[in-house]
Amino acid sequence: MPVSPPPPPAKAKITVRDLTMAYGSFVVMRDLNFEVAEKDIFVIMGGSGCGKSTLLRHLIGLREPARGSVLYEGEDFTAAGPEGRGKFIRRFGVMYQSGALWSSLTLAENIALPLEENSHLAPMAIRDLVSYKLSLVGLAGYEDYYPAQISGGMNKRAGIARAMALDPDILFLDEPGAGLDPLSSRRLDDLIVRLRDSLGSTVVIVTHELASIFAIANHSIFLDTATRTQGATGNPSELRDHSENPAVRLFLRRGGETDPSSQSKS
Amino acid sequence: MPSEETSPSLARWTVDGGRVVLEISGEWRRDGVVPEIHGEPPDEAPARYVTDRLCRFDSTLPAFILSHLRSVAKPPDGAEPPKPPLEGLPPDLRGLMELALAVPEESDARQKSAGPSELTKLGKLSIHVWAGVLSIAEFTGQSMLALGRFATGRARFRARDFWMVVQECGVQALPIVSLISFLIGLILAFVGNAQLVSFGAGLYVADLVGIAMVREMGVVMTAIIMSGRTGAAFAAHLGSMKANEEIDALRTFGFDPFDFLVLPRLLALVLMMPLLTLYANFVGILGGMLVGAAVGIPPILYWNETVASIDLTTASLGVFKSVFFGAVIAMSGCLQGMHAGNSSAAVGEATTRAVVASITAIIILDSGFAAIFTVLDI
Repeated sequence: MPVSPPPPPAKAKITVRDLTMAYGSFVVMRDLNFEVAEKDIFVIMGGSGCGKSTLLRHLIGLREPARGSVLYEGEDFTAAGPEGRGKFIRRFGVMYQSGALWSSLTLAENIALPLEENSHLAPMAIRDLVSYKLSLVGLAGYEDYYPAQISGGMNKRAGIARAMALDPDILFLDEPGAGLDPLSSRRLDDLIVRLRDSLGSTVVIVTHELASIFAIANHSIFLDTATRTQGATGNPSELRDHSENPAVRLFLRRGGETDPSSQSKS
Repeated sequence: MPSEETSPSLARWTVDGGRVVLEISGEWRRDGVVPEIHGEPPDEAPARYVTDRLCRFDSTLPAFILSHLRSVAKPPDGAEPPKPPLEGLPPDLRGLMELALAVPEESDARQKSAGPSELTKLGKLSIHVWAGVLSIAEFTGQSMLALGRFATGRARFRARDFWMVVQECGVQALPIVSLISFLIGLILAFVGNAQLVSFGAGLYVADLVGIAMVREMGVVMTAIIMSGRTGAAFAAHLGSMKANEEIDALRTFGFDPFDFLVLPRLLALVLMMPLLTLYANFVGILGGMLVGAAVGIPPILYWNETVASIDLTTASLGVFKSVFFGAVIAMSGCLQGMHAGNSSAAVGEATTRAVVASITAIIILDSGFAAIFTVLDI
């Protein structure tokens, strides 16, 4: 497909243009072009080490693109510079791969900190909000625990609760399902869909959990390690059945090239 | 559907035919006005919700409802409370509420937060202190066993690690040790000179600086520098390794973490401390010599006076002590690192404890040595 980006339509929440990501002279991925529409649940998928998390870090401004740009609702995020990015970043909620909770604060304080700094709510209201966020991820009653006192999966869920603290416009989740049991993972999928529906958030997820990709994603990008560029974009179920790129089909069928029915339940 | 006009958020508790009804209206936003609440919140879950005039809402609304549902008294027998009805809520809000209520609150977790009594705290503190003493004893014992294994050639660690630590706590420590010892020598000479000159005994400043450096100041200052520099680094390094489960990984490959991590550090520091101390003594005497030259004592004279005043026994006292100080620094750094908790905050605490413990131990040990040497009349 020739790379000639059309002008972004009004509803595109995130637009990525000709993005090339590199560590020094080592190019991770080149010429990424995709759009995420409002209220999309967008999945970044690909093999291990292909640059999924790196792409996420570019989207939220933790790394600078070697070339190309990231736009939010048509406004250039990359060119905004450190000062101008504040207004974009305030609308993001980010969950990092390992939770990245602040270890010297309790779970409640972890979630309350962004609320205290960014709103004028009364302490009671903040406490209610904190318990609600923890309840959403199934951690009601764990307010006074420190991150080191709870399990890895619980840390992860608490990380999601913190990412949601400010009811973000765009929620970035880095491998939310990894390390969770199937039921919690399913609950999490349910949570993501409901949050999208009720709050109208756009969700960008890095994952390679096929079950959750098919269950919740309506749009996706596949990063191809072999060619170091995007393998395909589109709805994951359609990509699985109709993609022209064999690597994409192989990935979405867990290597089983012939039998699409085994995965098609969702 | 919610109407588009914005109106202040409002919650009204009413009773309709003996059943509690919660009426919610307006726009519920975090940065909007504080919601008004009409009526006394009853001690039971609402049977029905009226949300005809509810506009947009963010998390503050479900948080408000949830906090009421949670505050409703639970059945006294500890039975599972019935699922509260969510009738009348718009579907998306209802979905969120169902999700939030899906997992019951961990009630044991909350009780933990109740503060213990003073007596309990004192008891816990005593147990804690005693456990600390035991762990020091255990660690010392393990170190001795590891040294024994090393002496008989059965301890396994990488020679590369050992030389890395030697470099880190030897050559790389030289600049800071030079600076501090030089200045200490300088200070001693200034202070001594001011007093001795008034007796016409200015030359004896060389004796004062020389003896003070080789007996006490050289070794103590070096030990304190190394606690802050190397002991802290040991604690932080081993603490992060523990937090990342790297120590467990060593164990599962059949390496004794003690031999592999503690032994090279202990040996390296015990080896380097005497050398650093000798060096610090020498630099300190140079510092004194500079002051001597400034107040009119020729360097040759100063040097001869110093050499005459220090016999071999005196000169070896500091070096002798430095072996013990090196062991104390390495062991307290490694002990705190190996016993650190599994978080970044815990690594910080471990580092602090390592430095405080080793400096305290150094000063206490040094007093002990002073007493012993006095009794032995050295």
